[in-house]
Amino acid sequence: MHKALQLEPEKCTGCLQCEMACSYENEQAFNPSKSRIKVFNFHDEGRFAPYTCSQCSEAWCMHACPVEAIVINQKTGAKEVIEDVCVGCKVCTIACPFGTVNYNSDSGKVIKCDLCGGDPACATACPTGAITYVDADHTGLARMKAHASQTIPKA
Amino acid sequence: MKHVIIGAGPSGVVAAETLRKLQPGAEITLVGEEPEAPYSRMALPYFLIKQIKEEGTHLRKDPNHFAQQNIKVMRERVASIDRAAHQAKLASGGTLTYDKLLIATGSRPVAPPVPGMDLPGIFNCWTLADGRNIASRAKPGARVLLMGAGFIGCIILEALAQSGADLTVVEMADRMVPRMMNDTAGNLIKDWCEKAGVTVHTSTRVTAIKKGSKLAFAVEMSTGETAEFDLIVSATGVKPAIDFLQGSGIETDHGILVNRHMQTNDADVYASGDVAQGRDFSTGDYTVQAIQPTATEHGQLAARNMAGHQGAIHRGSVNMNVLDTLGLISSSFGLWMGKQGGQSAELLNRERFKYLNLQFEDDVLIGATSLGMTQHIGVVRGLIQTRTRLGKWKDKLLEDPTRLMEAYLASTQAIGFNAALMK
Amino acid sequence: MAWTRKILRVNLTAGTCTEEPLNMEWAHKYLGQRGLATKYLVEEIDAKVDALAPGNKLIMATGPLTGTMAATGGRYSVITKSPLTGAIACSNSGGFIGNEIKNAGFDMIIFEGKSPKPVYLYLENEKAELLPADELWGKSVWEADHILHNRHQDPLLRIACVGRSAEQGCLYAGVVNDLHRAAGRSGVGTVMASKNLKAVAVRGTRGVGNVRDIKAFMQATQAAKAALAGNPVTGEGLPKMGTQVLMNVINEVGAMPTRNMREVQFEGANRISAEAMHIPRESDGKPNLTTNGACFGCTIACGRISTIDPKHYTIADKPQYKAASGGLEYEAAWALGSDTGVDDLDALTYANFLCNEDGFDPISFGATVAAAMELFEIGAITTEHTGGLEMRFGSAEALTRAAEMVAKGEGFGRDLALGSKRLCEKYGHPDLSMTVKGQEFPAYDPRGIQGMGLTYATSNRGACHLRSYTVSSEILGVPVKTDPLSTDGKPELVKAFQDATAAVDSSGLCVFTTFAWTLEDIAPQVDAACEGGWSPEKMLEAGERIWNLERKFNLDAGLTAKDDTLPKRLLKDAAKTGPAKGKVNELHKMLPHYYEIRGWTPEGVPTAETLNRLELYEQGP
Repeated sequence: MHKALQLEPEKCTGCLQCEMACSYENEQAFNPSKSRIKVFNFHDEGRFAPYTCSQCSEAWCMHACPVEAIVINQKTGAKEVIEDVCVGCKVCTIACPFGTVNYNSDSGKVIKCDLCGGDPACATACPTGAITYVDADHTGLARMKAHASQTIPKA
Repeated sequence: MKHVIIGAGPSGVVAAETLRKLQPGAEITLVGEEPEAPYSRMALPYFLIKQIKEEGTHLRKDPNHFAQQNIKVMRERVASIDRAAHQAKLASGGTLTYDKLLIATGSRPVAPPVPGMDLPGIFNCWTLADGRNIASRAKPGARVLLMGAGFIGCIILEALAQSGADLTVVEMADRMVPRMMNDTAGNLIKDWCEKAGVTVHTSTRVTAIKKGSKLAFAVEMSTGETAEFDLIVSATGVKPAIDFLQGSGIETDHGILVNRHMQTNDADVYASGDVAQGRDFSTGDYTVQAIQPTATEHGQLAARNMAGHQGAIHRGSVNMNVLDTLGLISSSFGLWMGKQGGQSAELLNRERFKYLNLQFEDDVLIGATSLGMTQHIGVVRGLIQTRTRLGKWKDKLLEDPTRLMEAYLASTQAIGFNAALMK
Repeated sequence: MAWTRKILRVNLTAGTCTEEPLNMEWAHKYLGQRGLATKYLVEEIDAKVDALAPGNKLIMATGPLTGTMAATGGRYSVITKSPLTGAIACSNSGGFIGNEIKNAGFDMIIFEGKSPKPVYLYLENEKAELLPADELWGKSVWEADHILHNRHQDPLLRIACVGRSAEQGCLYAGVVNDLHRAAGRSGVGTVMASKNLKAVAVRGTRGVGNVRDIKAFMQATQAAKAALAGNPVTGEGLPKMGTQVLMNVINEVGAMPTRNMREVQFEGANRISAEAMHIPRESDGKPNLTTNGACFGCTIACGRISTIDPKHYTIADKPQYKAASGGLEYEAAWALGSDTGVDDLDALTYANFLCNEDGFDPISFGATVAAAMELFEIGAITTEHTGGLEMRFGSAEALTRAAEMVAKGEGFGRDLALGSKRLCEKYGHPDLSMTVKGQEFPAYDPRGIQGMGLTYATSNRGACHLRSYTVSSEILGVPVKTDPLSTDGKPELVKAFQDATAAVDSSGLCVFTTFAWTLEDIAPQVDAACEGGWSPEKMLEAGERIWNLERKFNLDAGLTAKDDTLPKRLLKDAAKTGPAKGKVNELHKMLPHYYEIRGWTPEGVPTAETLNRLELYEQGP
């Protein structure tokens, strides 16, 4: 059974420790703009929502990649970008209906969550438990996935 | 079960792999006419600028991939098909017998009817071979004419500019990328290119190409202007590669006509990718989209149907494109031109080449155009494809379209408080 | 390192933006942010300059830990000469812009001169441009923020902006960032507006790196975060209640300045307290408090996000105020509430929204309204002056109308925009101004908390609780409990807090961490990030150096020991109720000893020996 990131917006305070942890893990600098997880601020509602790739089984990004630069990590189930292979064509960024693959203009490649190989830095850094790494059949996640699969039709 | 797939581009390759997954015992043959391992045209521009080697363009990086999958890859041209005999006839003389046939032959470049287009040294940028030819001639300082500023023209434009060539672009339409970008965005891209030192003539046709006096070619344009060039690259358009189907009885229009199972008028013959006139998600019409995500969607879907999964119905592909023109990133989705009776939101910052245009029907997002937006852009597809009712968020987007991600999350992620926000 | 080692210098007169290297020799002595920017200011301007003249400069400075994973590492400060006090001004703010400046590649931005026309600075990584702000001038912070986000089509653009109050010359206008965080005190926004600089919009994607020893840094920050989480104040009280956790506590100890500090306890405190913010209201069933929100990198998250009762008279017909926004912090709740005698939570929240929307300091504003109310009650101000408004203690309408008038610089709002000192002088009763060096008091009555009297009197930026928050020790017992009613040991306590706080304010961290942290927790984080051997002792020494440098600036600006005092009311009129009943503040028992342990003459001037010891002689004229 794969584990998955469970995101609970109601616990999030918008501190961005997750974004720093993510960017540090992946870019060796504290750089929220390069984070694979993003916290969205619903200012007028006074809410914050952490959001990243759910490693969906449809793997839209992976199938859209013209050069096989996105592959499945068999251990974690994560869809990982192989930076050396990615040519930066950005097709995956428009193909992902969740908007969780982004183009990094500094590297000329795309970036997405890879679950840090099974020990997600964002979950470790979150001070409020809004981001946890749990068994994928955890109810909250099941609900989210059910919703996602219902609203995102197969081609 | 014998499956034959004609065409070794992304659609054909994905179909072959999907078939293998569904039918471990089937015989699968993938026929490609180019003398290369299956590769991606999308990757050619990156090969041109030497960011990647030839292997970098290959659709599958493991040289043994197809052998391991027990997919037979043949480098042959299919000359015709014989439906009655369930055979594909190879140009080299042999035949391939099929139970199910998939035609995924893609498109071919079309040369415009211009006198002199047949002169040697005028290239398309379509095959790996073309890429090699252009790369060896587009030297720094070389005067290069690019005919056509459509999607393909624009992706090679960057490669040509980076090679250090002195670049001129001629486009018939009144803006760049006319089939993907509206007037505002298409002209912003033009301004951007001109700022970067590229000469761009829109609303202009090449009327004749002759041998030049100083350089290789002398080119006459509809504006009356003439200019000389070292190299001409033609990217004036493509059309589905269906010539070999003449007389086969397979029904074609612009491309091959298919139903929602990617099936042609022959129940054992399917078509997918750039060659197929498939269902458009936004309009319900059947059109040739000729884009990478659609090609792979088609390929998967055709394979599932070929394997007998009748339930695999094509809901239609969202037409969409993303383009990087000399560093200016643009994208368009669905009905980016909008729909009568719909509403739209638009933000434009001309000096900074920032543009965002959202199109709505009722409270559903149906299309979008953006310039300079690279983060979370995929949610546009998500919102279009799920026909998500945005409710009050549509009004917020009309007022401030940059709140797209908020609108998306609030409308689609039924978790925690967001469930309440959706009301 | 952790410093980016780069400064952006913006000459508004010439319209130029240039990069220059950070003076690392100074960085090793003054760390960053408050200390380092003060050093630059002291070196670069004449202390006697008119604060609102082009010769004054305004510095936005981050600390070395700003933008790192250290908890609360998102602070920045605005340093300039204050138009309110004539002394040095250094206002600290959280939110997200400090991190963004750092990510754009700069430790600080120095603004000098004055633009001939309204402009805003657009900073995208190394690219800095001054762009026309004609469309923004005359707009509120919230409106300008919206326009800028749309113009640049970037939801992540971080913006610091001045409001209409600053444009209109309100002397206590602040610089508001991220809609409702503010470098609020001492009129730093007034200076920014005087330079025709409306906003600073920043987008940085370069990342903050160059941490000296990343492994040690991660360990130190991790341990420090655990300490914050495990501490009852930072782990529980502040996230749940915010700084408002103090309202009932301070009221009970009889240190809640009430009705222009005539009294020390407020009968309405529980109606405007943290607890009150949690109670669902009748109209929509929601409490005032929507959620707590964090500043960048903060694992405490004390920030309040609130809504106003949609049926409340202030906003019934104003939909723009029905969304959630920055709610009441303790100081604002006190100044807008207790000090004016108003106990209407929604009126206070509305006034607070306006303070954010148009960028004026709720402490100074509330205290000035309180002074106006007293002047009104004694007849020195009449409805003729106020345009018909009955400025009576307890009147919510007077408070909210006053806020609307100050926001836009209208009518009697122009008098209120002068601040308490100038208002009371104008109407003939200077003694009624509850200020030190012209800056209004915050929310701790020094009759009930003796150490705070010395804190206020000696604060380098005028009355202020954040220069040495001895409340920590005197009321909360952190790090050790002292008797709030006694002056014993208070000079030592105040000096220690002043020096330590100056160091914390120079690091990029938030001073609220010191409920749980001492320099023993902070120094390892700074040391792991920065070269220079930052032991707790070195940090304390840097803090003392910074304090003396600020003092030197003030003395050069013309301030003297005479300015180190409190209003007569606090020295002569005894508290009427509560534990401090019968007490005045005994400043005279503390001040001489304070000068002595500071190494200052009886006239409050640092001796040559002190300056030498702190290496304050080495540069400049």
